[in-house]
Amino acid sequence: MKKGILWGLALIVLVAGLRFVIRRHGAAADLRGTSARKQLLAPDFSLPDLSGQDLHLSSYRGKVVLLDFWATWCDPCRDEIPHFVELQNNYGSQGLQIIGVSMDDGPEPVREFYQRFKMNYPVVIGNAKTGELYGGVLGLPIAFLIGRDGGISAKHIGATNVSVFEKEIVNLLRSGAGSSSPGS
Amino acid sequence: MNLPCKFRHMLFVFIFGTAALAVASLAYAYQASFIPASRLINPDELVRILQSAKSEKPLMIQVGSHVLYTQAHIPGSEYIGPASSESGVLSLRKRMESLPRNKFIVLYCGCCPWNHCPNVKPAADALRAMGFTNVKVLHIADNFGSDWVEKGYSVAKGD
Repeated sequence: MKKGILWGLALIVLVAGLRFVIRRHGAAADLRGTSARKQLLAPDFSLPDLSGQDLHLSSYRGKVVLLDFWATWCDPCRDEIPHFVELQNNYGSQGLQIIGVSMDDGPEPVREFYQRFKMNYPVVIGNAKTGELYGGVLGLPIAFLIGRDGGISAKHIGATNVSVFEKEIVNLLRSGAGSSSPGS
Repeated sequence: MNLPCKFRHMLFVFIFGTAALAVASLAYAYQASFIPASRLINPDELVRILQSAKSEKPLMIQVGSHVLYTQAHIPGSEYIGPASSESGVLSLRKRMESLPRNKFIVLYCGCCPWNHCPNVKPAADALRAMGFTNVKVLHIADNFGSDWVEKGYSVAKGD
């Protein structure tokens, strides 16, 4: 019987391994989208958050902002959310503010998702105009790192390893501006 | 039932393995990577068809997010809604129900990298279940921005 259990466990590990390889392959392809930093000022916007209150990006000047364009139906976006919650927990007191811009077609699924994933940072409901302000959000996820001076430090298209974000965030928090090396 | 010990082990492994594989298959059932290559069309191939005077023009349906469609879509294509949702599939069925089953249809999304797209496979499956025989899915490797817009293919904006 023990042998049978071991074989069963081995199969589970094999299936999990296959799943991991497929996901990693996707992530590797996504990482090709990481583009070189250009020191541009992040376009300001005012968008409603999940309670209907307007959030102005400019009101976060002085903080390091990770602006995440995402959607509840987007697999790689969902995978990133727990990491963002952790980053907000770990670096919020040092000046990090993560802001989610949902590209869902309405707020209802986002509200439910927000509760379920215990998100600890503001999420606003995005629109096409906001996407265009940021050069077109024509694929998800897309994340921008914005320095304390409001300059865009990095843009990541597709799923990005949390360690990449963390390294860039730490650099930006230390530098006090948007000009630190993003490491990408 | 008294089965030999070795046989019981093998039976256990078989049932357990089958169950594990079934769960894994369900998890991937919606993924675009499970669409056979014969039912795919590449962006350059679609562009050639659209530009050719002789080729039959497909009915192009975007089955992704409206926010993405509003920013950029293939000119002449229609927005239906994300086919990962029940309402999206219902809209698709409603739009298609009166069409001849041999109609040339191209489905596309481009919301996410191909193996993460939750929309194209449910849409393709729904049309096959309706009996459509000439359905192609546009293979967008990374996203609509990288694989269509940035390649300089025609784009329309708005609703």
